[in-house]
Amino acid sequence: MPIRIWMQRFAFIGLFALAFALMLLSKAETGALQRVRVAIVDATAPILEVMTRPVEAGENAVASVENFFLVHSENARLREENVRLLGWMQTARQLEVENATLRAQLEFVPEATPRAITARVVADTGGAFFHSLLINAGARNFVRRGQAVVAQGGVVGRIAEVGERSARVLLLTDLNSRIPAIVESTGDRVIVSGNNSPWPTLTYLSTSSPVSSGDRVLTSGHGGVFPPGLVIGTVSEATEAGITIQPTVGLSRLRQARILDYGVNGILPAPEEVPAAPRAVPEDLK
Amino acid sequence: MNSVGFAMLRDGARKAVPALTTLFLLLLAQLPLPLPFYPDIAPVLPLMAVYYWVVFRPDLMPRLLVFAVGIVHDALAGAPFGLTAAILLLTHGFVLSQRRFLVGKPFWIFWSGFAIVVPVSALLSWILASVLRGAFLPTDVVFVGIFMTVVTFPAVAWLLLRSQRWLVGPLEPA
Repeated sequence: MPIRIWMQRFAFIGLFALAFALMLLSKAETGALQRVRVAIVDATAPILEVMTRPVEAGENAVASVENFFLVHSENARLREENVRLLGWMQTARQLEVENATLRAQLEFVPEATPRAITARVVADTGGAFFHSLLINAGARNFVRRGQAVVAQGGVVGRIAEVGERSARVLLLTDLNSRIPAIVESTGDRVIVSGNNSPWPTLTYLSTSSPVSSGDRVLTSGHGGVFPPGLVIGTVSEATEAGITIQPTVGLSRLRQARILDYGVNGILPAPEEVPAAPRAVPEDLK
Repeated sequence: MNSVGFAMLRDGARKAVPALTTLFLLLLAQLPLPLPFYPDIAPVLPLMAVYYWVVFRPDLMPRLLVFAVGIVHDALAGAPFGLTAAILLLTHGFVLSQRRFLVGKPFWIFWSGFAIVVPVSALLSWILASVLRGAFLPTDVVFVGIFMTVVTFPAVAWLLLRSQRWLVGPLEPA
């Protein structure tokens, strides 16, 4: 049947051309395509969330068996740590008093404490090409584009796309990620640039700077996306060819992430059309 | 429900098995599994499903479905729209044209065919993604991905074979 064969050829060429056209259009970041993408992610996020439950249950089971065998050594370690932390608590109390006195003398304006939302990571779309996560909180939970995402004291990335009940986090390892930072030991201002490998590089660092491996790298707060002082990672390799850092957060094993809202939206354009007005106020914001 | 309606429903559900298994594998590949570097080494599961169903039930894996699977994948992965869709369409076209060399042959031939399809599609994805992102993307992860995809194929193919035997049945000669 020649007509059927022609139709099939046409279908193939048509769909292939459509795929190519979409590719070029998405390079141009058109709003319509982004809305389609967000809609697809929003529709699949609940399914992904259900699918993460058994994975998490299995992980918890393994962890509880491990805990059972480690309870003795863990206990000893915690006692030791407790003694050490009690010492630090003394120091912290003294510093707190000192700080309060100094602040009162200087009439210091306190920093705003961020609102924070904790969300579950429902998909990890790493791999060779695009490093991002999907989380199960979106516009209805006050998640906005450009907000900082952290986990266990370290930077994860920033919110890149927001749907009604899901959002995409651009990881700090992605090629498109640039985070203004400072090296803690030297005070050098740098940019942490993702390169799609697990180890981002430090760029715009003067060659004479005495940065060595193990130095901590913190957000500098420049550019207004990230608040200052969040830990990004530690320098893992400092050679002539370049300086790479090891992110503090284990990005490939993230279960939960915290989205911080400092009310800074900086260089990012105003939050794009948010699919719907926030409906529920999360527990921790009340 | 009368028996005719029930039969139609059952028939429809059976015909949806290839689409559903492909979507399931697509979502499974995106889950944050507790393995070190998992997202970097994750096998390309939806490609396995497309390959399997095109060989055994091409009637239930039409181009439009392949295109839709690619679009959903791109949306979830944050990839430029159409990238995976284009790759999967090419794979679909290639496998469909070589189908007669793969049907009814021993498993190792079926597997070898897949071992040819995977590197080609991975290389094409890498080229397209690099062009679209304007940078040479890391290649080591691509090689690991190819290896993992080829090595884990028999396990997934076995599951798909079970699902076909129980639910779908073989392709009836036209």
